[in-house]
Amino acid sequence: MHYPPTLKRDEFIAGMRDTLPLLLGALPFGLIYGALAATSGLSMGAALAMSAFVFAGSSQFIAVGLVSAQTPVAIIILTTLIVNLRHLLYSATLLPHLKGLPQRWRIPLAFWLTDETFAVTVHRFQRNDPSPYKHWYQLGSSIAMYLNWQFWCLLGLVLGNRIPDAQSWGLDVAMPVTFIGMIIPFVRNVPAVVCVLTAGAASLLTLALPYKLGIVVSACAGIASGLLAQRLVAARRELARR
Amino acid sequence: MSESEAWMIAGMFAVTFGIRYFLFALAERIRLAQWIESGLKFIPPAVLTAITLPAVLLPRGEWYVSLANPYLIAALLSVTAGILTRNLLATIAIGLTAFLAHRLFF
Repeated sequence: MHYPPTLKRDEFIAGMRDTLPLLLGALPFGLIYGALAATSGLSMGAALAMSAFVFAGSSQFIAVGLVSAQTPVAIIILTTLIVNLRHLLYSATLLPHLKGLPQRWRIPLAFWLTDETFAVTVHRFQRNDPSPYKHWYQLGSSIAMYLNWQFWCLLGLVLGNRIPDAQSWGLDVAMPVTFIGMIIPFVRNVPAVVCVLTAGAASLLTLALPYKLGIVVSACAGIASGLLAQRLVAARRELARR
Repeated sequence: MSESEAWMIAGMFAVTFGIRYFLFALAERIRLAQWIESGLKFIPPAVLTAITLPAVLLPRGEWYVSLANPYLIAALLSVTAGILTRNLLATIAIGLTAFLAHRLFF
């Protein structure tokens, strides 16, 4: 089968384009991270290195908070591990689509795997067209997210030292609002509704768990209930057919 | 950058990349059971909901269920916008606007 020579580039650009709204969502998030880091006692070099090498918004936020509370390094690393466990679930979802690729692809795509790029890319992989270059789409999304994040973090760091009380603006609302926009396209049938409601209820019941463990527990509860609902729906359909 | 900052970032890099790469690294040697494969599609909405709901209802770590809570208002409006428009950018923009308007006027 022949593919147009521009297909790789087209996939790459489509990945960047479809990530644009999420770049907007990351903007205040990156600015705030920079501003918080600037006031946390973390050095400018360390704050930038964290964005460049760790590249995980929510754990960077938490780390900055822990640094300003003078938390031991080992606890910060353990918290990062737990908060980022959800990425294991993301890579499990993408695995069937990426396992044919060489390591030189898998390593950078893994490094750049964020909530946002995952949410955009999974829809691309699930579309039923035969394009063999869907990973170029993921690469476009990844690079757009990465450059965007570095830029706003840098700007936040520079501004954070000048704007007083940046923390109290409350622009951290960007995260829940962006995530809501990402959740809605997934909620298309009864099992998905059951999954989201269960995960939400569980997240409120597990607030007392330390180190953000509640996120992992609630996600598992949501997934299990979604699977169960899917079975029940399938069983009912089977009965109706007889 | 101090030495302890360097250790912290090295450690955070190692665990974060380790988690993201673990399954990709093993790709050929791993086969997922059927129920796991069908459970995968529930992962993103479940994880994102578990992060988002507490962030909205307990924005400062304390319960705040009230129309005076700008995070809750922003979330309710962006859910509505998301369902009606099915457009990510519109959802985010309306949520952010609602939040800023709420803070300005209340």
